[in-house]
Amino acid sequence: MTDLPIYLDYQATTPLDPRVLAEMMPYLTTKFGNPHSNHSFGWEAAAGVEIARKNVADLIAAAPEDIIFTSGATESNNLAIKGMAYALYPLKNHIITAVTEHTCVLESCAALKKAGFDVTFLPVDKNGLIDLAQLDQAITAKTSLVSIMAVNNEIGVIQDLKSIGKICKRKKVIFHTDAAQAVGKIALDVSAMNIDLLSISGHKIYGPKGVGALYLRPNANIQPLALFDGGGQERGLRSGTIAPALCAGLGAACKIAKQDMDKDNDHVRNLAERMKSAIFDGLDGVHLNGSEKQRYMGNLNLVFEGVTGDALIKELRNIAFSAGSACSTGRAEPSHVLTAIGLDKTQADCCVRIGIGRMTTDQEINYATNHIIDAVKKYAQGFNLISSLRQIFLRPHKLCC
Amino acid sequence: MDHIIISETEHDSILQIRKNFKGRVEILPVNEHGLVMLEDLGNALTHAGKNTLVSIMLANNETGVIQDIKSLARISHEAGALFHTDAIQALGKIPVDFRASGVDLMSLSAHKFGGPQGVGALIAQEKITLEPLTYGGGQEVGRRSGTENLAGIAGFAKAVSLVPQNIQAMKACKKIRDRIEQEIGEYAPEACFYGAAAGRLPNTSTILMPGVSSETQVIAFDLEGLCVSSGSACSSGKVTPSHVVAAMGGGQDQALSTIRVSLGPDTTQQDADAFIFAWKKLYDRKKMS
Repeated sequence: MTDLPIYLDYQATTPLDPRVLAEMMPYLTTKFGNPHSNHSFGWEAAAGVEIARKNVADLIAAAPEDIIFTSGATESNNLAIKGMAYALYPLKNHIITAVTEHTCVLESCAALKKAGFDVTFLPVDKNGLIDLAQLDQAITAKTSLVSIMAVNNEIGVIQDLKSIGKICKRKKVIFHTDAAQAVGKIALDVSAMNIDLLSISGHKIYGPKGVGALYLRPNANIQPLALFDGGGQERGLRSGTIAPALCAGLGAACKIAKQDMDKDNDHVRNLAERMKSAIFDGLDGVHLNGSEKQRYMGNLNLVFEGVTGDALIKELRNIAFSAGSACSTGRAEPSHVLTAIGLDKTQADCCVRIGIGRMTTDQEINYATNHIIDAVKKYAQGFNLISSLRQIFLRPHKLCC
Repeated sequence: MDHIIISETEHDSILQIRKNFKGRVEILPVNEHGLVMLEDLGNALTHAGKNTLVSIMLANNETGVIQDIKSLARISHEAGALFHTDAIQALGKIPVDFRASGVDLMSLSAHKFGGPQGVGALIAQEKITLEPLTYGGGQEVGRRSGTENLAGIAGFAKAVSLVPQNIQAMKACKKIRDRIEQEIGEYAPEACFYGAAAGRLPNTSTILMPGVSSETQVIAFDLEGLCVSSGSACSSGKVTPSHVVAAMGGGQDQALSTIRVSLGPDTTQQDADAFIFAWKKLYDRKKMS
């Protein structure tokens, strides 16, 4: 018997790995010092922060001194995009991103656009991937920054970072990637991929919420403009007392991710493939959203024709997964990612995102697979009327990323 | 906002605003007790309007000096300005009442009163619209995007619920703090306790040992197993004189020879004795040399 409810929303957040909690505990109890204090309590806390910094750096083949701790990927993305855009303004006033980016990247770009910057939002193909030639052409002499995410939070597709990095290097523009969904899942090497800035989140890799990091390639000439003023911590780029427990948690999560990446990926791939083939065998009218080949297997974003994601969520209360609606509260618009890969509103409403991770078990996948198949079958018969009524009267669930 | 008025003894996170702020930043002096004078704020407010923000901290992080926030907020409002207070050091040590204080905005930090590091809060009157620093998923009513630090928030909330107990424990802190100052004051007449004549937080003392640098003092106390601070922790990476002591008329010499001692509910009389003993020892060594 499986313990209920079952968690299948690993893109929204992940459980804290007990090994991570163990590394955090000393900094929540005995080693409580302010890491910026100049005495033994402070040094002890600061030492923990520096070990963590090395662990984060190791996961992406960077140097520890190039890692800045932040409150999470949203802050990292804001700092990278707005900070760099303003640092190079007015010499350069153009930035490039993709339509399928995370809301915090899109909103940062929108804020820049409002402030007078030129922003190019590259489209994606039906697989969710950008066209490299189109990126190449979009870069002008006024372009400062290209921001393209590594792994998409909604559909799990992996952009070709190495080729994007190559283009950016050749055209001498800064390359930022939001790797919140990618670190620990795909191998990342900031030098080999020519990545100048890379955003990391703690709670997507079995670490704590409230911490993230930004990798910043050393460049004496260009420093991003800080988001806030203060004590000048983190090389002046991120003022505010660093939280040693959270940093230690992120560091431990990165260390474990590096150590266990192959094992984790094998585990996730096995479960995902089993679930996918069972669902595809058991049901008609199911499609996978996004590239089949270039994807992180722990993300199954599926269309069930004729059955809305909302209806499935309501039917399957013991299984936690997401519907394909917009991230922002209250907006009854279909997901910008699903629209971008060519789905219409009706199709987008019929999508669910199933996220599989390190802690997912065989039993959970069996239970979820059987119940999803049953529910879809039940609803697919004579569901259309109810579905349209629901669409009119009920607000869609939001997808958290 | 195109006009910001702050005081000279604010925390670095407020003082550094002048670096990048596009409008006018006025910095008010403090008197020898560390207090902002109402007349000074009144004068600065002559040209104030609805685009003016006044930010004066409730209690100072180095000296513990408590400002008359209620009056400062009142005259700011009379001039049409908004008022923000950095109440980070005050919460958990003295009663803090957002509504009664009359301020529009108040900053809080969890790790200054028993909560975890990495979480804080901003209280804002409903009427105030804030331009967010980070954009994204629109969490916190669109004011602060990014997934919330849930464990941190829970820790913050629990620490808040323990505030009454903390304030109770401050009575003992005050006794210990006052005894430290009394004994050192009697032993070394030229020692100075900044802000002692003003209302102060019950747990904080900034002490001058003339002729002995803050760094030397911190190291000497550390060897005795006592962790104290030269100024605020945030700026400890750099050895700079305390801007707070300097602002109170201490001059560079004094600003370079002070340490901050702050006590918590767990501080014992024995800890205080050890500190007093170590202080006197260092002071004697200096006198002999």
